Amino acid sequence: MTKRINPLVLIAGFAVGVAALVLTALGNPANMGFCIACFVRDIAGATKLHTAAPVQYFRPEIVGLVLGSTIMSLATKEFKARAGSAPATRFVLGAFVMIGALVFLGCPLRMVIRMGGGDLNAFVGLAGFFIGILLGVFFLKKGFSLKRSYTVATVEGYTLPATLVVLFILVLAVPALFAFSESGPGSKHAPVIASLLIALVVGALCQRSRMCMVGGMRDAVMFRDFNLLSGFGVIFVTVLLGNIILGNFKGFSAYLQPIAHASQLWNLLGMVLVGWGSVLLGGCPLRQLILAGEGNGDSAVTVLGMLVGAAFAHNFKLAGSAAALNDGVYSPGGIGTTGKVAVILGFAVLLVISLLNLPKEAKQNG
Amino acid sequence: MVDARGLSCPLPVVMVQKEVKANAPKELEVKVDSMVCVENVKRYAASQGYAVSVKDEGDEFTMMLTK
Repeated sequence: MTKRINPLVLIAGFAVGVAALVLTALGNPANMGFCIACFVRDIAGATKLHTAAPVQYFRPEIVGLVLGSTIMSLATKEFKARAGSAPATRFVLGAFVMIGALVFLGCPLRMVIRMGGGDLNAFVGLAGFFIGILLGVFFLKKGFSLKRSYTVATVEGYTLPATLVVLFILVLAVPALFAFSESGPGSKHAPVIASLLIALVVGALCQRSRMCMVGGMRDAVMFRDFNLLSGFGVIFVTVLLGNIILGNFKGFSAYLQPIAHASQLWNLLGMVLVGWGSVLLGGCPLRQLILAGEGNGDSAVTVLGMLVGAAFAHNFKLAGSAAALNDGVYSPGGIGTTGKVAVILGFAVLLVISLLNLPKEAKQNG
Repeated sequence: MVDARGLSCPLPVVMVQKEVKANAPKELEVKVDSMVCVENVKRYAASQGYAVSVKDEGDEFTMMLTK
């Protein structure tokens, strides 16, 4: 059995890896050249949907990724306004995927970038992500479906890209309207123009290559198709080699990694939630941005769910707190009680959504 | 015929896989409405030894899988 690997996936993987390294070198937080969860969380902070002072910044990368996808899909005539596939369910799934990601402290893309930075906590996250994908695949094989979408008015397809552009213009023109971190991860960022341009290119490449962190493992498990997984692998290798070349790599360790905690059970469970939810959605947070850029209204609603999930994560203190040295005393970080409850609630919600969207005969047969 | 119009990844491939495993058809018509689905179904079909032709009908695509 032969399975062709699309060279575009390899190119996009390499570009994402290099872009992550460059953005970090230009000022983004360590091991956070790209992180969809963190960046959406920062935008939620910038727009004051939450008021966690260290994580407030309007990340141009999110605007660039979505617009890059819009421009590329228009150029290739793939832009198509469609919607109607269980939008409210997708909103809830988006919110819980975000909560799981913020418990772990990173989306699947940042997980790979953290792995390439030598963060062993991220390998625990990877194990959880894989378990989550297996859970999702189990329900897909049982016939899980959020039903079909339909062609809708073109304006629906432009709603999220246009909203982001308007917000971005407002950020540039009237920054006083927004909140910006003075310390913490939100205060660390590459120059606006670099973030935007690099993300435009990456967004366009991800649109063409269909890059998806969850799709790689899902397709490998379900169809022995390693096309998308190859992109995942190339990002890891590129970031790892890049960090070694740049002198950032200090060996593999779980100790005091940048913006990461060492509470391994919750690193694992957070990413189980992300993997499972992302399979049900049909793609990882990065893929949802790209699809929203292509005119997919359901993915746009998912992104809005992610935004609200990020706000909840900080308003209700669900997100992980990073490991730190306080006066020379090591704190491994971790998550609080509300975060643990939210992850467990997330599993319950995902189980209900998984079961209630099975075909009738599968439900009767259990 | 597999009608996977409007369905997102990977459901069209799951539907084709189910049909191929159940009936091993010599010919199978598959309807999808995005280029991503065309690519994914094509890759799966090729791995199962099918030749694939694609007819672009504007808003949707009709794929013919033959063995």
